[in-house]
Amino acid sequence: MMDAAFKKSLIKTATQVRIGIIKGVHSAKAGHPGGSLSCADILTYLYFAHMNIDPKNPKKPDRDRLVLSKGHAAPALYSVLAQRGYFDPELLLTLRKQGSILQGHPDMKHIPGVDMSSGSLGQGISCAVGMALSAKHFGDDYKVYTILGDGEIEEGQVWEAAMFAANKGLSNLTAFVDYNGLQIDGSIEEVNSAAPIDKKFEAFNWHTIVIDGHDFDQIEAALKEAETIDKPVAIIAKTIKGKGVSYMENSVNWHGAAPNDELAAQALSELNEALEKLG
Amino acid sequence: MADVKTVATRAAFGAALVELGEKRDDFIVLDADLAAATQTGKFKAAFPERFYDCGIAEQNMMSIAAGVAATGKKVICSSFAMFAAGRAFEQVRNSIGYPHLNVIIGATHAGISVGEDGATHQCNEDIALMRTIPGMTIINPADETEAKKAMYAAMEHDGPVYLRFGRLPVPVVFDDDYKFEIGKGVELREGTDVTIVASGLMVNEALQAHDLLKEEGISARVVNIATIKPLDTEIIIKAAKETGAIVTAEEHSVIGGLGSAVAECVGEEYPVPVVKLGVYDRFGHSGPAVKLLDEFGLRAVNIVEKAKKAISLKK
Repeated sequence: MMDAAFKKSLIKTATQVRIGIIKGVHSAKAGHPGGSLSCADILTYLYFAHMNIDPKNPKKPDRDRLVLSKGHAAPALYSVLAQRGYFDPELLLTLRKQGSILQGHPDMKHIPGVDMSSGSLGQGISCAVGMALSAKHFGDDYKVYTILGDGEIEEGQVWEAAMFAANKGLSNLTAFVDYNGLQIDGSIEEVNSAAPIDKKFEAFNWHTIVIDGHDFDQIEAALKEAETIDKPVAIIAKTIKGKGVSYMENSVNWHGAAPNDELAAQALSELNEALEKLG
Repeated sequence: MADVKTVATRAAFGAALVELGEKRDDFIVLDADLAAATQTGKFKAAFPERFYDCGIAEQNMMSIAAGVAATGKKVICSSFAMFAAGRAFEQVRNSIGYPHLNVIIGATHAGISVGEDGATHQCNEDIALMRTIPGMTIINPADETEAKKAMYAAMEHDGPVYLRFGRLPVPVVFDDDYKFEIGKGVELREGTDVTIVASGLMVNEALQAHDLLKEEGISARVVNIATIKPLDTEIIIKAAKETGAIVTAEEHSVIGGLGSAVAECVGEEYPVPVVKLGVYDRFGHSGPAVKLLDEFGLRAVNIVEKAKKAISLKK
């Protein structure tokens, strides 16, 4: 178990990340708050407690890499990067606006800290596989992380990538599946469920770990376990879509819609209250 | 013609990979279960530890190549043109093109000269597809010499490169002194009445057409355009101004390929007749490659006919 004070600091950071998500999406009047809020804790842990990175040197060659395969959760990645010091958090208010570097989906050419452009679902995991292959082939010891959506894994390319990663023994690759159970058209069961997700990755010769994706102890334990495994690891993280904003939680309506002024104020009030409680 | 050396450009691609592999070890090669056909198998045999087979999954291969390139390493990936540009188009666009990554795509078995495999494998659309991707460089070499030199140039190029190779052995038209530069067309024959702008295996046909036209008293300039994008607009506009009529010749659909690129350029800069020779909006079919080229009208005699039409359209 991690140190209680550190855990508390992570919870606070994740709450600040969620505030950044709401502010960004509200300012943009568009975007994907539900799936951003669901992976906020995973991203917070990776960037604040786990990955070998340097916000002052975003392109340092030996850094760990992250590919946000579910690129529509860009508000979460941008908010984490801003909190971590890659750029001014004020920039989050320019999300999706014409002339802003903060594109609707991650753009590695212009956004400090973004390791791969993504957004077309299914491609990000393959790019992460390519990075892991490069590291393994050229003898670099960095790790590669990717975050997939549970709807995203309906894309066949995900399984092409999974097959290849296991066949090539890419133990330097860890994929999270943000298992929030909802996609644009409805629940994943209604639309075209990939369940059982863990069994599928196992069948593709991955090591799988199922966790609560909002529990930092479990995220940490899973990542520690992943480092001991001699094959690619899939961490199936059960999450709540819209986590942290009461009216967004478990609601498909907030997959790709921005809150109006009133609802944004309510969300920020809830999140600020949570922050205050943390002291 | 019996003494003319013929080599498939795909074979030159494979040979160039091996040569490069002997000189440097800073790149890897990917294929999608077609290594024997694409000729990356030669590289695989020489440097098995630097070759990765993606299996029959071209879309995954393209995004993997993007990931490798994103770490700053060189990567060449290969499949048939149909699957590289066609099946994996969106991965090429979004994973490779949008971040402008240094991926070299060695696409073989382009055009109808694939032969017996028939329409499903005869890609006459790849240049059109690749041209629409911002920042994509497209090179369609004419022979063994140019294919090798293009491969070397691609290794030094910043940004994605689509190299188009053929299955059919074609005459070697350039000697080792031939200078290749990405983005530069080359005037192979002087001429004043009409310009034949050719690419790929049609360059050899264009040279023959020049001789046939000469016998009829027609002076035809021949320009080789290996780099279809970025197009050497200077040499095209010069030809338009000096000869007043252009024929394009390519083993590709007349929609979206070299002919379209030349017509777009001339239409905007110095309008003169542009008559396109290529595959006319139809699928190919099975048959021996050389006979298909006859049937589809991709021969010197067909260029001659189009050249006369272009001249007749001059005002």
